This record gives sequence, C-alpha cells and structure tokens, in this order.
Amino acid sequence: MSTHFLLNMKNISKEYDGNQVLKNVNLQVKPGEIHALIGENGAGKSTLMNILFGMPVIHSTGGFEGTVEINGEQVFIDSPQKAIDYGIGMVHQEFMLIPGFTVTENIKIGREISKPSLLSHLFGKGMETLDFEQMARDARKALSDIGLNIEEYIQVAGLPVGYMQFIEIAREIDKTGIKLLVFDEPTAVLTESEAERLLEIMKVIASKGIAIIFITHRLSEVKNYADSITILRDGEVVTHKDIKDISIIEIAELMIGRKVEKLVDLAEDTRTLSDSDIALSLKNFHVDMPGERVRGVDLDIRKGEIFGIGGLAGQGKLGIPNGIMGLYKAEGTVEIFGKKLDLSKLGSALANGIAFVSEDRRGVGLLLDESIELNIVFSAMQIKDEFLYHLGPVKLLNQKQVRQHALKMIDLLDIRCTGPTQKVGSLSGGNQQKVCLARALTMNPEILIVSEPTRGIDIGAKKLVLEYLAKLNREQGMTIIIVSSELVELRSLCDRIAIVSGGKVSAIVKPDAPDAEIGLAMAAG
Amino acid sequence: MSNLKDKAIKAILDNKVVILFVLLCIAAIYASKSPLTFVAAELFTRFGRNGFLVLSLLIPVLAGMGLNFGIVIGAIAAQIAVFWVVYWGFTGITGFLLCVLMSTPIAILFGLLVGRLFNKMKGAEMIAGLVLGYFADGLYQLFFLYIIGGIIPVDNPRLIISTGIGVKNTIDLADNLKYSLDTVPMIAILKITFTIMFIAALVKLVLYLRKKNGSLQSIIMLGAAAVLGFALINFIPPLTDFLSTDRLLLLDAVTIAIIILIAYQVWDLINKKLIKKDPHYQITRPLLFIALAIALYFATYLKPVEQILLFVRIPVTTYLCIVALCLFNSLILRTRLGQNMRTVGQSQTVANAAGLDVDRLRVIAMIISTVLACWGQLIYLQNIGTFSTYGAHTQVGQFAIAALLVGGASVQKANNKQAIIGVILFHTLFIVAPQAGKELFNNAQLGEYFRVFVAYGVIAVSLAMHAWKTTVKPKITTAPSSGEEATVAQS
Ligand SMILES: Nc1ncnc2c1ncn2[C@@H]1O[C@H](COP(=O)(O)OP(=O)(O)OP(=O)(O)O)[C@@H](O)[C@H]1O
Ligand SMILES: [Mg+2]
Repeated sequence: MSTHFLLNMKNISKEYDGNQVLKNVNLQVKPGEIHALIGENGAGKSTLMNILFGMPVIHSTGGFEGTVEINGEQVFIDSPQKAIDYGIGMVHQEFMLIPGFTVTENIKIGREISKPSLLSHLFGKGMETLDFEQMARDARKALSDIGLNIEEYIQVAGLPVGYMQFIEIAREIDKTGIKLLVFDEPTAVLTESEAERLLEIMKVIASKGIAIIFITHRLSEVKNYADSITILRDGEVVTHKDIKDISIIEIAELMIGRKVEKLVDLAEDTRTLSDSDIALSLKNFHVDMPGERVRGVDLDIRKGEIFGIGGLAGQGKLGIPNGIMGLYKAEGTVEIFGKKLDLSKLGSALANGIAFVSEDRRGVGLLLDESIELNIVFSAMQIKDEFLYHLGPVKLLNQKQVRQHALKMIDLLDIRCTGPTQKVGSLSGGNQQKVCLARALTMNPEILIVSEPTRGIDIGAKKLVLEYLAKLNREQGMTIIIVSSELVELRSLCDRIAIVSGGKVSAIVKPDAPDAEIGLAMAAG
Repeated sequence: MSNLKDKAIKAILDNKVVILFVLLCIAAIYASKSPLTFVAAELFTRFGRNGFLVLSLLIPVLAGMGLNFGIVIGAIAAQIAVFWVVYWGFTGITGFLLCVLMSTPIAILFGLLVGRLFNKMKGAEMIAGLVLGYFADGLYQLFFLYIIGGIIPVDNPRLIISTGIGVKNTIDLADNLKYSLDTVPMIAILKITFTIMFIAALVKLVLYLRKKNGSLQSIIMLGAAAVLGFALINFIPPLTDFLSTDRLLLLDAVTIAIIILIAYQVWDLINKKLIKKDPHYQITRPLLFIALAIALYFATYLKPVEQILLFVRIPVTTYLCIVALCLFNSLILRTRLGQNMRTVGQSQTVANAAGLDVDRLRVIAMIISTVLACWGQLIYLQNIGTFSTYGAHTQVGQFAIAALLVGGASVQKANNKQAIIGVILFHTLFIVAPQAGKELFNNAQLGEYFRVFVAYGVIAVSLAMHAWKTTVKPKITTAPSSGEEATVAQS
C-alpha cells in the first residue's frame, strides 16, 4: 500500500556559491499531520522551506536541484505567488510584517478585500476600493481565534515580538484554501505558555486536514505535539520517523551528532557578593513600552551577580531592559554603580558601560551586508574606540586584531560560517543571533543585559553560550542580567530570579525555588 | 509644560526645510521690493503651470522608487505629440485634447520601458532615472534634429530649419495651443461633469438591474443631481454668464471655496452627529473649521489682501485638473492598487513573500507617473506659449523634484500638501530672486544663479541625507524597535 503524501520533496540539493547546504534531501508530509523539521543552526531547515515557498533568495542564487510534488503532481514553484496558489502558507523565521502598517493591514497583506467601484469597471480589480470594515472584521476574528487580545487598528511598530509572531500566525489562519502551513521557528520568540497556546492552535489547524511543517529548537515541543519528524544534519537527512518511535534524547543526539550532557557545567564559584556593592539599582522605575509596560519596579542588582528576570509575556519583563537602554520612554531612577542615568538620552546606558542584546531579532541592528568580523567588533569600535590604530586624528581599523578576535568568537560560540569574512546576511537565523551575542560580549561591559540569550539557538550551541556567560561572570566579575522566558535557562545560571507580573516585581526567588512558588509569583498581580 | 515644549520643538524640527524656505521667501520678497500683487499674480500663473508636474512625482515615492527623475521622459512624450499636432494645424482645446490622445499611449510605452529598466536596477532608481533622462534627451535630439525632415518628410517652413532637415529651436504656440486648456470656460467643465454623472448613473442602473447590488435610491439621486445641475447652469442666465468666463477672479474663487468648505462641514456634522450618531465624532473640529473659514472670509476685506484678490485671475480649468490630480493621489491610497504599492514601497521582501508581483506594481507606478508627467508638460507648454524644442524638457525633472523637496518631502515620503507648499515656495523664490539680486547687489544675474543654486542644492542635500540615512541608520548598537526619533537622537 502506498501512502498518500501531500508534499513530497525529492532529492533536493542546494548550493550557495560553492557551499553545499542541502544534499539529496527528501521530505514527505501527509495531510493533517504536524511534521517537525529539526536540525542544528545552519543545518539547512530554512533553506529547504525557502525552496518550497519559491523565495527569491533561492532563485537569484542559481535555483536548486530535485523535484517537488504536491498531491503526487510535480510542481515548479519559483515565486511565493505560485506557492500561495498551491495552497502553501508560511510563517518565516524573520518577521514578514510592515511596521508602519496596522495589524489589519498586515493580516490582509496582499489579500485585501475590496468593493467594485466605478473606476474598477473601467480599469480592473486594482482600482477597487478597499473595504476597511470587512478587513477589520476578518482581522478581529483571526485575532480572537488565536486568542490574541489586541486592537486591530494599532500599528505593528513597537509591539513586543511575541505579539508580532501571533500576528503572523493570524495572517496565515485568515487565509482560505490552505493545504500546507510552514512554521519556521514560531515559538522562538514566545514564552512557554504562549508557545503552548500556539501549539494547541496548530493542533486544531491540523485536525482540519491541513498539513503543518514545524521547525523549532525546543525538543519537548516536538515530542509533545508533532506526529512525525525529519532530522537534518549538515544539509543531509539523518532520519525520518514517526514521533512515537523516537525519544527526545535520541533526537538531540541525531541532530548534533554526539551525546548531549546536562544543560550547563558551571565553573567553580569563588565570588563573594555583597549587598552593599550594588551594580544597578532601579527605583520606582516605569517604562512605557506597549504590551510590556513596567509600572514601578524597585531592584538592586549586586556587583558580580547573575540576575535573572522572568515572567509571562506581556507582564513587563521585556520593558525593564528596553527602558534602561532608553529605547522606550522611562521614568524613575536608574543608578549604575551609584551614578544616575539620564533616561531621556538614548546612548547614556551604553556610555556608562552597559551592553545590551535585544530580544528583537529584526531590530538587533546587524549590518547584514557586512562581514561577520566587522559586525562583531562594530560596537566596541564605535563606542570604545577599540580595534583601531590611531595615527594622529586618523583612525584605522586594526585588521589583524579584528580577525584574531573574530576567529576566537566564531570558535567560542560555534558560529557556523565559511569564514570571518562571510556576510552576516547569508548566515542562518541562529548563527546571526550568535553574532549579535558576540558583538555585545566584545564590548566587555561592566554590566551585560541579555534578553532571550538563546533564542533560536540549537541545544548544542545553547550550552556553549550559557557556559560562556558563566565564565565571563566567574573570571571577570561581569555583572550579568538575563531576561528570559525559559525558566530552565534562568535556573541553571542565575543567583536570583525576579519574577515580573503586572509590570511589577512580584517575587525574587532562588534558582532552586519550587515550581509552585514561581508559578504563583507569575500569576500574581 | 515640558511636554508642550517638546512637541513644539519636534514640530519645528520636522518642518525645518519648509520653515527655512518660508523665511528665505519672505526675506527675498522684502529685498526685491516687488509689489505683492505682482508676486501673487505671477505665483498663481506658475502654480497652474507647474503644479501638475510636481504632483506627478508622488506615486513612485509611494511605491518606494524614490524621486522620479524619469519624468523627463513623460515630458518628451508630450513634446512629440505637440510637434505633430502643431504640424497638422489643430488649434485650441481640440488641439490640446489631440495632444493628450496622442501622447498618452507614447507615455504608457515609455513608462513601461522605464519601469522595466528600474526593475533591473533596484535601489539605484534615482541615478538610473537621471542618466536615463540624459540618454532619452540624446535620442530626442536625434529624432528632432535628423529624423524629422531627414527621414520622415515634413514640409513646413515655420517648423523646420531652412535646410529642410531638423526642427527649429523654438516653436511658437501663440496661435494654436497657447492657453488652450486655460481658456476652457467653467461652464463647459460643469456640463461635462454632469454628463459624466448622468452616464455613471445609467451604467450603475444597468449593473443594478443585472446584479441587484447597490441601492436604487442612490442611483436615482445621482441621476437627478446631474439633470438638475445641468438645468441650473443652463437656464439661470446670471449663473450661465458667470460660469462662461475662463478666468476666475481670485476673490470669487476664495469666496466659493469658503462656501464649499462651510457647506461640507455642516453637511458632515449633520450627517455624522444627527443621522448616524457616530459616537467617535468630535464636534470641535468642524466648528473650528467653520470659524476659521469665516475668519478667512473677513480677512478678504483687509486692504492688501483685497488688492491681491482683485488683481489675480486664475485659469479655472487648469486648476481643476490640479485638484483632480490631488484627489487621484489621495484616493488611490484607498484602492487595492494603492495599498499594494504602499506595501511594495515599505518592503519588497515582505510584499514578495505575501505573493504580490513586486515588479509589475513598480512598472504600473512608473507608467502612471510618466503619463501624468506627460500631461503635466502639456499643461506647462500650453500656458507658457512657446515651445523651446530642445530645452523645454531638460530640467523638468530637476525643477519639479526640487519644488517637492522644498515642500518638506523626502525620498521616502511625499504627499499632496508637500507638493503644493513646495511649488509655492520654490516658485516664489524663482519670481523674486533676480529682482532681489538686483536690489541687493545691483546684479540680477546673481539672483538667477542663486535660484539655480537653490534648486540643485536642495536636491543634493536631500539625496545626501537619504544616502546617509540608509547607510548609517542600521549602524546603531541597539536599534530601537520603534520610530526614527531614537536613531536620530543618538547619531
Ligand atoms: N543567502 C545565502 N547565501 C549564502 N549562504 C546562505 C544563505 N542563506 C543561508 N546560507 C547558508 O546555508 C546554510 C543553511 O542555512 P539555513 O538558514 O537553512 O539554516 P537553518 O537550519 O534554518 O538554521 P537556524 O536554526 O539557525 O535557523 C547556512 O550555513 C548558511 O550560512
Ligand atoms: Mg532557519
């Protein structure tokens, strides 16, 4: 008996100027199943999905080899338009939203509803007038279907990333005639509870007979929600199985090609933390960040501490670092080693020795057209005048030093690339994320704030990142503040964890506090 | 109230270009010692002449293609048509409409080709447009200097150089196309409008009878309004007389505008407040408008204002064309096409991933802009009255773009308001600069230099700003997720 496949990609190979990123990959998906596509950063998952969706990046770099069949029929998809016509929808790894548009406009992008007008009888469909009311109604329905509580007429710019992710999903749900939905790391920017909500929605979609391809680095999600799995390693399929035939440990091992130990091995702790030596102090701190408002936070973070900030989405944990860095309007006092920050000036935190890794992938400010090495040293060069020769008033880049440092960071964080001169824009999503981290670490700040440090990073690299953070803390005494939605991550590294709820700190707990205590704190306020 | 202060500072910073030029204009008018009536009359003429061209630049900005230096090519399409129409001997509005009829397909073709080229040079449209303008000028010269008369036999001593090959340097439009559009009386336009309304009502009726959509009541209202309007202007002699003139006294124009404004606000107020009972509707706004309109009306009695109002006469039909283009520019935003162009303008990647045909939309934007520029050039030529065969089009792009920029527009953002303000400021400067130069330095030439300097200067600065913004902007360590203010603050 032959199984009926909705999607059958056969012998797919893809080269990016001489660099083979996919080799004879086969991917088969049945109608109504959730199919997990798993692999390390740079394994080729997004590339495979871009091929399926006919993205221009594939076809402007020489296309691909192999065949794609939908419902047993061979198809040639060379533009997203065609993919959409075949009933394929996709939530890309990078946001495909227009910040200046409203939520409705973004949900209806390319599929606007319009009414015939006098001119449209003469000049065709293009001149039909938009039916804003109907569009808003549809948008409201899609938003309420996924349980996102947000006004459909507000602008997307400035919304927290979690909201943006759900807006993208609302857009796909609003489409009719979809047969296959691709979700490229939809849960990376979500907290655990949000991710769960999303996965439940995916189950409902799948139960209507729509096939789903699901990419994630959180293996528990795969085990709990997927029906079958394909694992990629270095551009090749290593296994294809039903989910019931494989365990999380096996998945992890197959994916990174070696055994995984426990999450973090901490170096020996010789620090002494003192309550009188405060690195960062917040008093009556308010931040006006839409969707992540902070309403009066008091915190004292000790010098040399690793301090965690957790909490559910929308409760304000992201507002704290963004407010300190001056990215959103903030009020109250912020003191760094006793010195007051001028909150109205954007660069003032930076100038006072705080470095920040933003949770916002799109806004992280990587120079996509520049090399990895330049991106890594960029901030240190601009703000601290490092990596430069000084010839009188002229400053020249110290190429050798830059190269050395870049090679070190590439090795430390396991950035998968062809070399330090590769353009950042051509890295996989997770590897771009590592470059961001490397850049902040290069600043060698006294206080480092990392928001979602391991977002989009595979489990192998996650360990490297967390261990490196611990090492910086232990060896150089760097004060580190980690804002994260992953409790496990916070527990493995932090000395104390503040739980933010309703814009306030509802509790400060020890990393080994029982789940019940933390859960209670999260729900408070 | 530091908040208020911040807002005021922000408003000033946002409009710094406009404020700068307003000050410059005031200073230049003062220095030139020109009478205000003269400046005003000249300005209204120039507005009618150039307004359409500047407004033709807006759609490509919307589609993210920047300032369309390629409008030169639209102007060329217009000039080709003008030459032949003059050669064939058509005059007046017939000649003008023939020009439109003939140049439009040429402009569509040119727009298509330019759009295709721009698609091959994404990100460098402005440079491409500029170079293309020069290239097209070369071909144009070849055509007019050699092919006409040389290959296509044209025999007309008034148009052709005495050797029989090539077109003369200037073609006088005085007794054929000059003022052909400007002199169309208002009544003709109104008649045409009512006729179109009536036909529209008929079309809608047919559609209604076939598909049963829309409401019969509104269709009947439309038809009745058309008939009534037609009857009114035809059978009330004073009205007919008033409307039969082609130039409208500025005073009358202002009065009519004020009446229309008040009538609209009152109607809106009654409709929203009393009929629909819209809870979001705020009553302060219309009241403010009405108060303003009344104040404006009283202002017309001030002596210097009245002097100007009684001196200036505007060509109504040309101005109506400009108003129509403004309407078109803002209405297209409410159509599917406009929304899709906006999407493309914001992000080609997102537009493409959403299944839009990015290249096609960009070509359409170019076609629209080229056709509009072509019509704009026709308006320009009919008003100026002499057609300088080899010079009329050369600086169309630069001057239109400079005017738009002076109005506060940028490479990514431009709207009707900015275009209108820009034309006013830029041309005021053009009018008074030579005289100011003469008064101040005893040298009119200096003023001329100055205005050319302003035109190119403002383009150069704006392009440099654009380049600076696009390359420097991402180089911010912790890019804010919202707004440009933060970025600017840091740099
Ligand atoms: N435009 C491009 N040009 C050149 N190389 C590219 C380009 N896009 C991706 N690559 C390379 O292809 C490989 C696979 O990248 P891909 O984005 O598919 O990884 P991924 O599996 O999605 O990883 P992640 O989990 O980090 O998102 C990487 O080594 C990357 O450097
Ligand atoms: Mg990816």
